[in-house]
Amino acid sequence: MPDPVISVEGLRKSYDGLEAVRGIDLEVRAGEIFAFLGPNGAGKTTTVEVLEGYRTRNGGEVSVLGVDPQRADRDWRQRVGFVLQESRLVPELTPREALEQYAGYYSSPREVDETIRLVGLEEKADVRTSKLSGGQQRRLDVALALIGDPELLFLDEPTTGFDPSARRQAWEVIAGLRDLGKTVFLTTHYMDEAQTLADRVAIISAGRILATGSPEELGHDGETRTEISFRLPDGVVGPDLPYGIRTAARIDAELVSLSAQDPVPVLRELTNWAADRGVGLPGLLVRRPSLEDVYLQLTGGTDGAGEGS
Amino acid sequence: MSGVALVMHQFRFDQKVFWRNPAAVFFTALLPLIFLFILASVFANADISDLDVKGSTYYVPAIITLAVISATTVKLATNLPAEREAGQLKRVRGTPLPPATFVAGRVGNSLVISLVMVALVSVIGALVYRVEIPTETMPAMLVTLAVGAFSFSCLGFALAAVIPTEEAAPAVTNATVLPLYFLSGVFIPQDELPNGVLNFADAFPIRHFFEAMFTAWDPNTTGSGFEFGQLAVVAAWGVFGLLVAVRFFRWEPRR
Repeated sequence: MPDPVISVEGLRKSYDGLEAVRGIDLEVRAGEIFAFLGPNGAGKTTTVEVLEGYRTRNGGEVSVLGVDPQRADRDWRQRVGFVLQESRLVPELTPREALEQYAGYYSSPREVDETIRLVGLEEKADVRTSKLSGGQQRRLDVALALIGDPELLFLDEPTTGFDPSARRQAWEVIAGLRDLGKTVFLTTHYMDEAQTLADRVAIISAGRILATGSPEELGHDGETRTEISFRLPDGVVGPDLPYGIRTAARIDAELVSLSAQDPVPVLRELTNWAADRGVGLPGLLVRRPSLEDVYLQLTGGTDGAGEGS
Repeated sequence: MSGVALVMHQFRFDQKVFWRNPAAVFFTALLPLIFLFILASVFANADISDLDVKGSTYYVPAIITLAVISATTVKLATNLPAEREAGQLKRVRGTPLPPATFVAGRVGNSLVISLVMVALVSVIGALVYRVEIPTETMPAMLVTLAVGAFSFSCLGFALAAVIPTEEAAPAVTNATVLPLYFLSGVFIPQDELPNGVLNFADAFPIRHFFEAMFTAWDPNTTGSGFEFGQLAVVAAWGVFGLLVAVRFFRWEPRR
């Protein structure tokens, strides 16, 4: 297997004695979209800024494209692109001009027109950036990070504060990066963003990694349970249900819901019982745990607000 | 791109950004000209007694002093903290653009704006106020301009480095330079200022730069008009500014 694009072992970082990152391990492979998911203040931005070379660390080994980012030089910066969490554009320039300016910084930049097309800014290419919407500005951020044709892109909360349609558009752009063969390191506190985009996810909370894997793997690990729910059929009351179901279920008004590590035997029992009685199971729903459920279970449902990043 | 080509590339965009920003153009380019019209008109025929020149002749180098400092120290010290706090400098720092090239582009930008302003003030002075453009002392004027623009650019980076926020930038910058314009004889003719005031102003670079510039414009000057003593003080301030900037300049917002 080729060397990982990013490898992190035992990374530690503290500010004024407060430990923001408490010994994390990560590995990002070439060509994947890796989502770093966690609540605000979990240590996401601190970690990404260490990987980007903006921050020094207090401990651990970090290698990004084979280089320790603490000793990042010009050659290394040719190969990475950053979309920072907060970075205003120069309002006096147009997207085309901003891209022409940044293209000049790299030894083999992408074509400006093609990059504009890639992020869908053709119609705004010659309009001052101050006249762009938030979503359009963010897409220009991505274009600026791409203009040097980097192997690796860091996207720090690229869709925070977006309306749903702007997020969809941004997601299309990010998903398109995979087709270009780029490796993408994405931080986000949106579960759906990670679920939609990522090949693999690491969940961080309070400076520690709680789980790593593909969104499907995370949904399937033994800790999480499948949810089954249906409405009570007409003429059936709770005590009529088979014993195994009755004792495991919550019945709230007409809605019966239960969860099981292995849903198959439960469903067999339930459907056999319904067939015997000649009733249906209205609104039957079998739901695999989503990344969101895993995330809420792991992080205890708190968003850690106010911890600072 | 080679080093020089990259500086030119960066400079080209800095120029574009400057001329497209109406507020920047007003404060840096137009305001000094407005002051020139007001001061040179009001004091046109007043004799600046201890220098034996007309008011209009006095105010041409005075407004050049103002214009150069506006294009360098004031412009850099107000723009850079704003760009830093907006994360713009951080973004640039993440590219392969060498920091020295970024700085060179900005200094070049300030230098060229200074040159344009000197040309405008000189031409207006000659056409409107019949102030003769120096010929024999032209080399001294240009050297003074170069030393001044470089030194005041360094001081701009130094101020930008110590100014904490975008909001504080215009306040700190103006609180630094405005009183010194008055105390250094840039706005008020120096024969109206008590010696104690001028001695105080001598502790800072604006007065020295103005005196060197004035000598180059003074019709009574004999010889080449170089004021090496004054320029040495200005350059020393520039070196001090450079050291402060190198030590304290940051590319990332404070949080």
